[in-house]
This record gives sequence, structure tokens and C-alpha cells, in this order.
Amino acid sequence: MAEIELRDIEKSYGETAIVKGVSLSIRDGEFLTLVGPSGCGKSTLLRIIAGLEAQNSGEVLVAGRCVDDKRPKERDVAMVFQSYALYPHLSVFDNLALPLRTRRLSFAQRLPLVGRALPGRGDVEKAIRAEIEQAASMLDIAHLLRRKPGQLSGGQRQRVALGRAMVRHPAVFLMDEPLSNLDAKLRVQMRAEIIALHRRLGVTFVYVTHDQAEAMTMSDRVAVMMDGELLQVDRPERLYRDPEDLRVAEMIGSPKINVVSRAHWVSLGASLPAGIHRNTAHLAFRPEAVGIVASGDGRLNGVVASVENLGSDIFLNVTLADGQGTVVVRTHPDASRSEAGRSVGLQIDPACLLQFDGAGMRQREVERVEAAA
Amino acid sequence: MTALDCNRPREAAAKARLATRSGEHGLAWLAVSPALLLLVGLLFGPVAAVVLFSLTDWQLGSFTFHFIGIANFRALFADPTFWKALTNTLVYVAIVVPGTVLLGLVVALLIETSPGLRGFYRAAHFLPVMSTMSAMAIVWGTMLHPTIGLVNRALGVMGISGVNWLRDERTALLALALIGIWQGFGFAMVLFVSGLKAVPQQLYDAAAVDGADGVLDRLRFVTLPMLGPVTMFVVILTAKRSFEVFDSVRVLTQGGPNYASEVLLHRLYTESFDFLHMGYGAALTVVYLAVIVLLTLTQARLLERRVHYS
Ligand SMILES: Nc1ncnc2c1ncn2[C@@H]1O[C@H](COP(=O)(O)OP(=O)(O)OP(=O)(O)O)[C@@H](O)[C@H]1O
Ligand SMILES: [Mg+2]
Repeated sequence: MAEIELRDIEKSYGETAIVKGVSLSIRDGEFLTLVGPSGCGKSTLLRIIAGLEAQNSGEVLVAGRCVDDKRPKERDVAMVFQSYALYPHLSVFDNLALPLRTRRLSFAQRLPLVGRALPGRGDVEKAIRAEIEQAASMLDIAHLLRRKPGQLSGGQRQRVALGRAMVRHPAVFLMDEPLSNLDAKLRVQMRAEIIALHRRLGVTFVYVTHDQAEAMTMSDRVAVMMDGELLQVDRPERLYRDPEDLRVAEMIGSPKINVVSRAHWVSLGASLPAGIHRNTAHLAFRPEAVGIVASGDGRLNGVVASVENLGSDIFLNVTLADGQGTVVVRTHPDASRSEAGRSVGLQIDPACLLQFDGAGMRQREVERVEAAA
Repeated sequence: MTALDCNRPREAAAKARLATRSGEHGLAWLAVSPALLLLVGLLFGPVAAVVLFSLTDWQLGSFTFHFIGIANFRALFADPTFWKALTNTLVYVAIVVPGTVLLGLVVALLIETSPGLRGFYRAAHFLPVMSTMSAMAIVWGTMLHPTIGLVNRALGVMGISGVNWLRDERTALLALALIGIWQGFGFAMVLFVSGLKAVPQQLYDAAAVDGADGVLDRLRFVTLPMLGPVTMFVVILTAKRSFEVFDSVRVLTQGGPNYASEVLLHRLYTESFDFLHMGYGAALTVVYLAVIVLLTLTQARLLERRVHYS
């Protein structure tokens, strides 16, 4: 059982800073997801935790102890890689057995022919076999143990990779986009399996993805990373409803949050809602915070440009009155139908309006006095 | 009405397809004919000719010959020098192939793990491959000279008295084999270097997390297995090249002393062009070809079973 603590981790390759002072505490048994756009340094951070990459400064603590001078195998972490990284020449069984054999057998005992004759190997091998069979049946790959990785499907390979991480009962699981090579349907299924695995093992999971839906559905907490910095670390629902940063608001949620700049809002001739902070430069609101009203009745007015019917929801893309910018609106399928080309008014729930200043930082408490002015 | 219109183009297309089928066949043959002609002209033709000659008593320069059945082969198998040449060739291959593969692999690993001067080392080790063997053989001849040669001088400095490498029955074949390794390992090295570049970093990472992070463990669990296909290619190529050993033998020892370094191809050349026994030489060629084909097939079958993953 282990909590992880990162203190001011910095990493640069040559002149380029990749990770810029990241501090993060991950609780014991937590499922934490690192999410961020491609190239923001997620994998690098994960590799630093694993010990595959050395940070330039800062400390990594696992279970309260500094592990900076420990090699990956001594850190009690297991890692699952994007392209599985199974040993192609070894059977599934041997793939699963490798982390156990390297730990429990001496180098001589591990030699192909000589090792078999050495004393002590037989008992260890028997124990290893039992453990692997248990892990394999848990992951439903028991019937594949004799195959080579090349003879498996993508989902099966991913299960083997999970199994290889699992067999030695590490305190920490690190996963670097483990589902990105799978097709959409399998991805959803494996998502559920990984969540179940986390629940059953109860150990700390650090999961890297650039898919915000994965982050939202799987994690206890999500760390949003951008350009080598952590923008916000919070529970998924808080990230969605209460983002601290405009970039977080824009990354989390699909379809994307609507953002209208203050200047644009004013230029549309619309009155600003009550309670807008003086520093507010951007007004943002989720598609479900907008109601459709008769044209001219809303704060903002526009023309429906297109209609996306997803069955459960209908999304309207509304072009604002001056033709600049669109707002996405979620409506219910049983609401009165809107067709493209119709002029509509948009009513925005003021409680769901998020304000950000020019630098993209959230503006919170609003003085009523100023709003009245 | 519209349905009819719709069907008409399809029928027409079907008819046209029937009409062109025979034409397509002709076209297909036309398309493969250059390759086919070359194959017959350069490969099957000569082989057939050699097999034919091996059944005759033809001498180079004479205008007549007679079919003498398998007499050439009988003579060949009864000839102790043939057996000597065959065993020498096999010994030569048995030294050169592992030597070349190992040296090429070790040098490739060293080059890839040492930063800087990589390009220079790669080029330097590749030079022997680019050079002409018969010219280099002369250089080696002087290097191995018993009294003024560099090798024996160097040994002398260390207090070891060298031998007359190329004139000594015990060392002639070995010396030739070492020269063969020297000439071939650069090629193996280049192939291994490119193979090493293709090993995914994630496998090394996985091995490190799994606890296989020593040099030997990394070699055993990642590097060597991933080099399997390249190794197979290198082994087959090196084996083929060392079966063909000829230039160095011709220039340095002419198969001597006392047939100690006689090899198949040199034997073949001597019989055919020094003694002008074309029929006998052809029989030797047939045996040589059979051995090569047999070896390549078994080699490929054995190695393929172990190195193909996906
Ligand atoms: N060995 C290296 N040398 C130089 N630059 C590197 C190295 N490894 C990574 N980088 C750079 O560091 C940055 C972050 O890489 P990283 O792999 O951590 O991104 P990521 O967030 O995992 O992206 P992705 O979602 O695409 O996997 C990238 O700009 C990459 O080019
Ligand atoms: Mg990555």
C-alpha cells in the first residue's frame, strides 16, 4: 500500500523544459488520471515516477520514502505500456512469469538449461505457476497461456500486459494510455475491467490518457496537465462544474464548453448578466446551461446552423447574431423541434455561467454592488 | 424500362470481361516473360548445362565428347582430395559463420552503446566489406609472412615465436578463416546496427520494470530475441558467402600445403581450368550446388521456427 508524493518535479531535454515544477500527492489506493493534450509531458512524468527517467530536480516519494536513487524494479511499481510491450518471443505464461522469475531466482537459476538442474528452482517454479494461473483466471486469459503475443487480439494482449503488471502485487500501477490501441467498443469494455481491477486490488493507480472521457469515467481524481504544468487536480465532477482555468474548462466535457469574450458579448448588444466581475474577460457556459427561447427574448440571439441528433440528446449549433462564433446548445429530443435556419434566442442560466479573466483564471465571488453599477 | 436500362451496361461488361479473359492471360504471360527469360537464361539453363556436362568426358578445347554416365561422379567420390576439400570447406564455414556473426554483433552493440564517433566506427568496420578480396589477400599475405610479416613481428615482441601461417598444414585453413571473418563481419555489423535501431524502447522499459535490467538480462530478454530475424538473415548470407570462399585461397595458398587449405570452389577451378577436366569439374559443381541448396533449406527451416513472432 503506497501513497505517492511528487515535489517540484522538473525535467528538461536539453534546453526544452518538459515538466515544469509539478507537485502532486496521490493517496493510497486512489485512481488518479493524468490527462492533457499530446506532448504536454504526461508520459514523461509517469516515467519519472517509474524510475525510467531521472528528473532534473525535485523528489519522488513512494509510501513516504524517497525513491530517487532506486531503480525501477526496486520501486514496487508496475507499468502498463501503450503498445503493451510484451516479449514477442515468449509465451504468455513466460511473459507473466518474467517479473516473478527475475525477483525470485538467481541469474544462474534462470539460465535455460543449467538453471533447471540447480536446487531450489523447482519449488519456486511451482509457486510461480500457481500465482500465474490465479492471475490468468482473474483476467480471463487462462486459455491463452501457451500462445505467443503475436497470436493474440489487441484486447487479449492488453489483458496479458495487465496480468504481467499484476502478478507480483505491486503497490502502484502506472498505466500509459493502455487503451489507445483498441477500437472504441473494446475500449469501453476494458475501461470497466480496469475499474473493476482497481476496486479488487485496492492499490494506487496512476493512469495517463489524453481522452477526457476516459479520465472522467474512471478516476477518483483527475490531474489536468498542460505544457508541463498541472492546471487543476480534482474530482471529475468538480473539474466539469467548477474548473479553475479556462483551459481546463475547454478540455473537459464534450461537446466543448461555450466561450464568449466579454467584448464580443457587449458588441452583440446583449446586456451582461448580473454579477459579472470587473476583471472578467471570458464568459463560459456548458451546452446544457442554455435554453432556447423565441428569437429576441434571450440575452443572445442567433440562427441555428446545424442540428446533431444523438438520440438521447440533440445538439444545436447556433451561429450568433453577428455571424461570428457559434454556441452549442443541448436540448431534449422531446422538446419542440428546431430546424437549421431558424432564428432563436438563447437563455443562459446565470448560476452556470463561469467567468475567467484575461489570463484564463477563474473569477469567483462577485460583489453585487459592482454588478449593479 | 428503367430496369432494362440498368441491366444493359452490366451485361455488356460481363461480355467484355469474357472477351478479354484470354487476352488478359496473354498479357500476363507477356508481363512475366522478361523475368522468366532471365530466370531460364541465367539460372535454369546453366544448371541444366552443367548437369549435362557432368555426364560427359568433355575436355576444355576439344570438339567432341561422349556421354559416360555417372563415371565422373564415381571418380569424384573415390577421390580423397574431393573429400578433403569438402571437409575443409565445412570447417571453414563452421569457423567463419559463428565468428562473423559474433564479432559483428559485439561490434554493433559496442558502437550503439557508445556515444560519439559512431559514424566513424561504422565506416571503419565496414571498409573490409567494400574492398576487393584478391587485393586484400595480397596485403594479408605480407602481413602473415613468416619473417617480415607484421603478425609474427608483433608476436615476437610479446615473446611468442610465430609460425609460417600460410605454409603450415595446421594453420593455413585457420588463417584463411580469420581473413574471411575480417572481411565479412563489417557487413554483419551494419545489419545488426540497423536491427538494434528497430528494437522498441518500450521493451527495454518493460524489462527494467520487470527486473531484467542487468546487461545480460537485457541482452537475453530483449536485444537478442528482437535481433532474431536479422540474425537469421546474417547467418544465411554469411554461410553462403563462406561456402564460396575462393579468392583468398587462390591468391594465398592455392589449396596447399598438401591440400590442407583446399576448398570446393578452388578444387572446381583447378580441375576445370588448370587441368581442363570440364566433365569432372561439372560433376563437382553439381555436388557443390546440391550441398548449398540442402544447407540453405535446412538452415532456413531451423531458424525460421525460432525467430518469427507475429
Ligand atoms: N528522449 C527525449 N528527448 C527529447 N525530447 C523528448 C524526449 N522524450 C520526450 N520528449 C519531448 O517531451 C515532450 C513530452 O513528451 P511526453 O511523451 O511526455 O508527452 P505526452 O504528454 O505523453 O504525449 P502523448 O499524449 O502524445 O503521449 C514532447 O514534446 C516530446 O517531444
Ligand atoms: Mg505519452
